[in-house]
Parts: sequence; C-alpha cells; structure tokens
Amino acid sequence: MGEMEQLRKEAESLKDEITAARKAVQDLTLQDHVAGTAVVGRVQLKTRKTLRGHLSKIYAVHWGDSKLCVSASQDGKLIVWDSYTTNKVHAIPLKSSWVMTCAYAPSGNMVACGGLDNMCSIYNLKGKDGNVKVMRELAAHTGYLSCCRFLNDNEIITSSGDCTCVLWDIETGSQKTVFAGHLGDCMSLGVAPDFNTFISGACDFTAKLWDIRDGQCRQTFGGHESDINAIGFFPNGNAVITGSDDASCKLYDLRSDQELITYQDSGIMCGVTSLAPSFSGRLILAGYDDFNCNIWDSLKAERVGVLSGHDNRVSCIGVTPDGMACCTGSWDSFLKIWN
Amino acid sequence: MAQPSSCAQSSNGVADESPNMLVYRKMEDIIARMQDEKNGIPIRTVKSFLSKIPSVFSGSDIVQWMQKNLNIEDQVEALHLGTLMAAHGYFFPISDHVLTLKEDGTFYRFQTPYFWPSNCWEPENTDYAVYLCKRTMQNKARLELADLCAESLARLQRAFARKWEFIFMQAEAQAKVDKKRDKIERKILDSQERAFWDVHRPVPGCVNTTEADIKKSSRMKQPHKTRKSVYGLQNDIRSHSPTHTVTPEVKEPTEDELHDQIQHCQEQLDRHRLKMSKVAESLLSFAEQYLEYDPFFTTPEPSNPWISDDVTSWELEACKEAGQQRVKRWAFCFDEVMKDPVGREQFLKFLESEFSSENLRFWLAVQELKKRPIREVPTRVQEIWEEFLAPGAPSAINVDSRSYDKTTQNIKDPGRYAFQDAQEHIYKLMKSDSYSRFIRSSAYQELLQAKKKVQPQNRPRHTHASLC
Repeated sequence: MGEMEQLRKEAESLKDEITAARKAVQDLTLQDHVAGTAVVGRVQLKTRKTLRGHLSKIYAVHWGDSKLCVSASQDGKLIVWDSYTTNKVHAIPLKSSWVMTCAYAPSGNMVACGGLDNMCSIYNLKGKDGNVKVMRELAAHTGYLSCCRFLNDNEIITSSGDCTCVLWDIETGSQKTVFAGHLGDCMSLGVAPDFNTFISGACDFTAKLWDIRDGQCRQTFGGHESDINAIGFFPNGNAVITGSDDASCKLYDLRSDQELITYQDSGIMCGVTSLAPSFSGRLILAGYDDFNCNIWDSLKAERVGVLSGHDNRVSCIGVTPDGMACCTGSWDSFLKIWN
Repeated sequence: MAQPSSCAQSSNGVADESPNMLVYRKMEDIIARMQDEKNGIPIRTVKSFLSKIPSVFSGSDIVQWMQKNLNIEDQVEALHLGTLMAAHGYFFPISDHVLTLKEDGTFYRFQTPYFWPSNCWEPENTDYAVYLCKRTMQNKARLELADLCAESLARLQRAFARKWEFIFMQAEAQAKVDKKRDKIERKILDSQERAFWDVHRPVPGCVNTTEADIKKSSRMKQPHKTRKSVYGLQNDIRSHSPTHTVTPEVKEPTEDELHDQIQHCQEQLDRHRLKMSKVAESLLSFAEQYLEYDPFFTTPEPSNPWISDDVTSWELEACKEAGQQRVKRWAFCFDEVMKDPVGREQFLKFLESEFSSENLRFWLAVQELKKRPIREVPTRVQEIWEEFLAPGAPSAINVDSRSYDKTTQNIKDPGRYAFQDAQEHIYKLMKSDSYSRFIRSSAYQELLQAKKKVQPQNRPRHTHASLC
C-alpha cells in the first residue's frame, strides 16, 4: 500500500471512530427530553415597518443596534436605516454592484460590505466632515466575499468563495489569520457571543468551529445534503444552527459534538437562505427561497408560524440585539420589520 | 466529516448543474404523482361554446389533490406550494400569463417535460424573437398582451437588425410545422410554449423563478452547458458574464494535508463529549430562563416600541439605573454582569468596597486598549504595565506565572493583544471568586428588591406566544 493510500485509510478510520464516539453519548435525544414540554403556541407576527428605497434585489441585512441596520442591494447601494422612523441615515454608493454581504460594527462606527469584487470594503460612518468614505479595502481573497462580521473596530472576519475565512486587522489592512479547511465555498459565518470562536458554513455541506486566536478548526459538523447557506449561534453560545439548500435547518451542540435535531417539513422544498434565533433561542426564524420565512420551535422542531409578505425570495434575516423585532430582506427590494 | 452525497457534485465541491436542481427534482416527484393514471388529478376535455378545451383540470382539483395526497391540511399552504410549482412552470393557467394557483374553476394544463426548468433552459433573446415573430404570423391576438409583445418585438427587431431575416425565416419555418399539426395537439403545444415563455420572460409584476443567486451561479463550472436554443438555432458566442468567473480548483489533498487531517481527526476524537441528556437539559433551561426576556414571548416593560410607538423601553435600557428585571439577569452568569454597562458599574462599586477593584479596572483598561489607534498603543501598554503588573505597581493584580512571563515578553514588542493571557486569567478569577460574592452582597440584593422605577399602571407582566 502506498504512503498516500495508508494515510487516507487512517483518516477514514479515525472518522469512523469519531462517529462511534458521538453515538456513545446519545443516551437521550433532544426530542425525548422535551417530550413533556408543550410546543409554543402559534406565532403570528405582523409587519410593523416596510423599508423602501432599494431598486433591486436585497442580498444582506445586519442590525447595528435596536434601531439601526444596514442593507446591501444589487442596485449598488449600501443603505443605513433608522428602521424605527424608516429614514435612510446613509445611502452609500458602491464601486461594485455585485455585493453579497454587509455588516455593522458593534460600536456603530463602521459598516462593511463585499461580493464579487473579492474584497471587503470598510466604510467609516463617523468621519469628521460627515461624509461616509471608504476607510479600507481588504483584498487578498481569491474568491467572492460571501459574509463578513466585525469583532470590534479593528478586526473583522470574512468568509469567501475561495473556501477560506480570514481575520483581518483593519488598521493595517493585513490578514492576521487564515482559516483554511473547508472543501467548498464558505457561504456564511457567525461569531460566538464571547467573541473567542466563530462558525462557518460551506458548500462542502459542513459547518466548522474555529478558534479565533490560534486559527485552528476545533470541530466539524456534517449531515446536510447540500450547501449550507446560513449559520448562527444559539444564544447560549453552546449550540449552532445551520440552514441549507436541502430545505432543512439543523441544530448542532458543541459540547456533545453532534447534531441534536433537524427542522424540516415535507411541504417545504426550497432552500434556506438565512436564519436568526429569537432572544431566548426558543424560536428560529428562517428565510427560504419560496418567498416565505418559517418560524420553528427550536426545541420541539415544529413549525409554529409563517411570515409571508414578500413577493420574491427572502435572502436575509436578522433579529435585533434586544430581541424586540426581526427584519427580513428580499429580492423584491423591500425590507420588512416584524414582531 | 460528511461527504457530499446525493447532489450531483464532483468531489471538489463545485456544482455541475443549476443551483435550483434540488427543488426541481422535488417538484417533479410531485408532478409525476399528479399525473399518475390511477391516483393523479383527473384530466379531461371540456366542451366550450363552439370548441373543445383539451387536457385540463381546475384549480380546485389541484388543491383537493394536494390536500389529500401531500399531507397538507391548510388551504393557504396548498395554494402557496401550488403557486410555487406554477411559477416554475410545471403547470399553468390556460388563460392567463400570470402563473399562480387559484382554488376555483380556472383551467390548468401540465407542462410538457421538454419545457421543464430542469432541462436547464436559459433561452436567448434570439429564441424569444423567433417566438414573437411566429406569433404575429399566426395572428394569436386572443391570448396575448398585445401591447407588451409588440413592444418586445420592436425592441428585439432593433437589437437584431442584421439577423432579422434569419429570425424571420426561422419563425416562418416554425409556423409551417405548427400548421401541419392536428388542431387539438396544436392548441396544447401552443399553450405550453406560451407558458414556457411566461416563466423565462415573465410579464411585468411577475417573479422570474429561473434566477439564481449570484453566489451559486458563479460557482458553476460549465455555464455554456445550460445555453441551448429552444428552436435549435446556432448559439452566438456568449459574452463573458460577470457572474461566471473561474473559481479556483480545490486539489486532491497532499500528503501534508492528509497529515493535518489526521491530526485534526485525532484531536476531535480525543475531545470530551457531554452526554446528550445534559446538553438537552441545558438548552431547555436556558430557553426557559430567558423566555421572560424574549420580546416574542413576553411583552417588554412598559411596551414594545415597535408596537406601541412608545420608546420608553429603549430609554430605560440606556439609562443609568437598572430595573429589577435587568438586575435579575446579572445573577444568571458572570457574562451577564460584564455585558451590561450598568452591571459593570455596580460590580466595580462592589469591588471598590472590598478594595479589590484592580482586577476589574485592569480588565476594562485592556478592553479599552484594543480600541486605541495603533500609534497610541505602545504608550498605553506601558502605562497599563506600570499601573497593574510591574514590580511595585500601585494596583498590582495577581496573575499566574505563565501569563506573567508571557506578558513580560509581549510588552517588549507592544501590540493590542499584549495582555491577552493576563486578561483571560483575571476574567476567570473574577468569575470564580468575586462574582459569587457580588451576587450574595447586600448591595446587589438591595438592587434586586428595589421598587420598580417605571410603573405607570400596576400591570402584571404576562406571557403570551402570539403578539398582535
């Protein structure tokens, strides 16, 4: 047996052992444990605001605080909204209209976006003269920028179609850490509540947990049958939720290192584009390609509500940091605030 | 590590087919069942005035069939799914360009498999021009949105001015073939062709369901594979589409990469796994504990600003005094205290009363350091070192020797993360030591018992799942 063949066999047998080790702690399923808990009642949310202003498909939205959010559209604009008054605080024209993602810094001082230009552009919202200008262009990825999230005003993490994620130092514009390991385009990322780790979902059907400081992949989760488009942390920071083109969402627990439950329904055929947990994590709101957003009871895995109001795919969704409302963005060019 | 299984993907994770294929296959499974001779939807020919309408079924037929065969009880859901399938062109209303499902006597027809979206159609405007031209020849004014088609035709004539003779000839040839067909067959094919174009050139106000997310379409290896002509015309050289960039090839793992993989697997295997029952319990109790803070379940006090148009809730959150509910959260875990600026302030006050505030002050100073512009960092690092860690420091903190040694090294080349190890150690110290004393302290208990500041009416807090 050649050296390579031996190595491959070793890797395979280790993977089998991991599967067995995961099975060994399955003393009870989540479903068994919550058998005695009631499903939450039917959840009916109403549209409270509609944000109009984009002229084309909206690809991403991200909340900055309880009222301000930023959205990115194929019309080549980044708009910062005061969603409460529906006023546009900033309308930022982009160099490239093929934008796929946007992010708001936790401090509220900056926003970022990127897409087919393979770059992450950082915009300073609090410039001296009041104009919003590009502060940095982070270029090094060899594939499209699918997602970006700020850790603070100096650090941002990006995920790319080149199968890697990168931690950048914004001030110097350099790559601090490259997180390589996915075998397919990275589509989405989520930062842990404690900012020590982050998760990425990719087109190799897996989700990976990364240590931000040492760049290592700590855990890998599989089970999906198609691309993972959306990923997020459960609010306790110990579990991860993924959404995929296979029309299902899954909950993985970090401490038992495996999938706990799948959220799917035979009547749902279209892929999941985006997801967000409610403040307590009891509800998972997920946007789908069939123009709807479905609301799941995260513990009982039952659909408890539907948000229908968009005339085209729901491409992005986000719950405010204080949990008061959620925002959906769609290819129909509108953003809607619901609760 | 999961391997891509059912989807048609080569092992390096690049798609060989349209991103919508998964959905098409699911729909086609349902269509096959709908067309089943025994258990499918009953298809019939309907007599109408002087003619017959062949091969149709009604919207109600579809909805009823779905409710019976697809485990769908809700009418709204059946209509949603049916409209989705119509919008993709699998069946269509014979008298309307708008592809939706209505639960009434409207007549629908199945699309022929040739025109199914799974055949990866991306028909070019030359095909569309042939189609419109043919229409004008055949005088199909009846079902057309005449203005719209005339406009499209005029636009295409201008665009294809030089090729127009060719297009006209093709249209003539197609029309000739059509004429030879049996009348009933012609009616059916005619409507199916029209429905095909309704999918690919939707009328204004309708969604184009063939559009793909640019993230997905830019991954497709062979874009030219999907470009066939509906009428067998030769394809032009397509101009380079901005969404079809070449993606880097992911290579077969090298020996080094395999070693890395093995090491990673070994580390994964060695990790401690918590029992599922424990994990399930922790999830359940977390959700229950935070349910009263989840505005989708519990109305915030005094109201949810999005519903009531009253921003008091936000004002309270921003103010210096914390209400009872907010103070209660600090007892859930140390992170809750540290996340809340008022919590941190109260914690600092408590530590000052114990004369042990240097730990928190150090932690806060290091957090602040991370936000500084790089030119100020070296000075600040030195200041923090002098204040908290240097021998004889006025606010000396207690760090373990390993962190201390590392920090001593770090400050020689000071960066924003010079104190990272020390900070983590101090955090753990505060968490395991000072935090529990803080929660048990009389200061905290008083805050917890304090009368609610905002109490316009003495309204009991209530929990309900649906907020209207």
